[in-house]
Amino acid sequence: MSQQFYVSPEQIMKDRADFARKGIARGRSVVVLSCAAGIILVAENASNSLHKIGEIYDRIAFAAVGKYNEFESLRQAGVRYADVRGFSYDRSDVTARGLASVYAQSLGSVFTAEQKPFEVELAVAEVGATQAGDHIFRLTFDGSITDERSFVAMGGRSDRVTEVLRAGWRADLGLGEALRLATRALAAASTAAESPGSAGVPEPETGAARAAERAEPPQAGAAVGLEVAVLEREPGSWRSRRRAFRRLAQDTLQRLLEE
Amino acid sequence: MSSDAVRLAAEASSSFLEHLSATRPELLPYGQVTGPGGGTVQVPHATTIVTLQTAGGVLMAGDRRATMGNLIASRTMEKVFAADESSLLGIAGTAGLAVDIVKLFQVELEHYEKIEGTQLSLEGRANRLAAMVRGNLGMAMQGMAVVPLYAGFEPALAGGRIFSYDVTGGRYEEHEHHSVGSGSTFARGALKKLWRPGLEEAAAVRVAVEALYDAADDDSATGGPDLVRQLWPVVYVADDEGSRRVADEVVKGIAAQVLSERTAQGREA
Repeated sequence: MSQQFYVSPEQIMKDRADFARKGIARGRSVVVLSCAAGIILVAENASNSLHKIGEIYDRIAFAAVGKYNEFESLRQAGVRYADVRGFSYDRSDVTARGLASVYAQSLGSVFTAEQKPFEVELAVAEVGATQAGDHIFRLTFDGSITDERSFVAMGGRSDRVTEVLRAGWRADLGLGEALRLATRALAAASTAAESPGSAGVPEPETGAARAAERAEPPQAGAAVGLEVAVLEREPGSWRSRRRAFRRLAQDTLQRLLEE
Repeated sequence: MSSDAVRLAAEASSSFLEHLSATRPELLPYGQVTGPGGGTVQVPHATTIVTLQTAGGVLMAGDRRATMGNLIASRTMEKVFAADESSLLGIAGTAGLAVDIVKLFQVELEHYEKIEGTQLSLEGRANRLAAMVRGNLGMAMQGMAVVPLYAGFEPALAGGRIFSYDVTGGRYEEHEHHSVGSGSTFARGALKKLWRPGLEEAAAVRVAVEALYDAADDDSATGGPDLVRQLWPVVYVADDEGSRRVADEVVKGIAAQVLSERTAQGREA
């Protein structure tokens, strides 16, 4: 019969947090950035079908780093929450704040009650009619939530990414400028990682994506290996006017990077 | 937790309708427990919708009237909608339920697109609508039927396809043109004479306006162009550029032309 050892609650929480942090730090970074044209979401992602960025609702988008299966289930839950809310009340009653607090509660309860915490970090972004109305919520594995106005960087070496963003960010950045700033920040973090062994093993489930990510660290100025989406402040007429979320195709990306 | 997780993953559906039925059935437009039956209630009804294939897609138009018995319940009702970026939905029947079914169908398509990351095929979308109409069968048996008309752009054909439905959820593909609602008999007659293959957008709008005019002429539940209130049929098109509403100004110009030509002809019947 095995004896249960006493472990202090502080130690349990610390162990869980370390475990989650380690998982998240293995992945590549994601940047969410508010600019004049809207909010731009940039992820280093070798796969073009396993997305790290997704549409939640008319003016709300989602970005995540960490384990794919965990953040994908959170993304789908977010879409369900938003659609049910918008259907039963009104489309304008779905807000990033409401969604972010639901995420914070689920992440928080999983962190304390389940066997293992989610190894994810999320950003929920909502584009406003003016830049003052933009919201970017950042959620960590333990359910902590912060409200940012300008930009958020998550994932491995996000401190280095944040440094570059802080130096280059201005409120009036154009779409191309914002994209170039984001890729510069992501590339700076990749080159900052000295040991090749420590570079990205983001999602253990996606073997192919993992191999590809390891093979080619993204270069500043190259559209390959980037997943980019925009929440447009004034959605164009190409799709129903209310949906602001738009993925940028490779050729558009290349054009913006070379501008 | 693990068995829970497995169950959750398997139950997770890309369908908003299934999710709503499982978690919030009270929000569904149908499936409400109604009284013991017998007497029928007086509720607003929406009427005539016409749809036709055009050169590179489809066009759908509806009049603006809703009736309740012998009364006009609304003169400004809109019963044709863009279901998504490439398809159109028109509804005839019990107005309250129909409008909610349209809303549910729009969310259903958008929900699938967001969860799966791809759009449903036109055939798939038409089948989802059939399931919703079938869900309303109980209400239809009590006299509250909803009869939709669905049309969309099919990229493989570079043209439009039209689907009609009956109250049991039966789905039928229509060719060239179709019409539903109380004035549909008269609208169909007009469509048969006026429709030609390869209609350009302006010509197609004219055919739709004339068909609705003929329906309004003989069916009291269908409204004609209203010059006093400046109300014109609601017209949508879907083609390779997506689905969009034809501007009121354009419809107004065509309706005015139809009216003046018919006035000039001075026919009685």
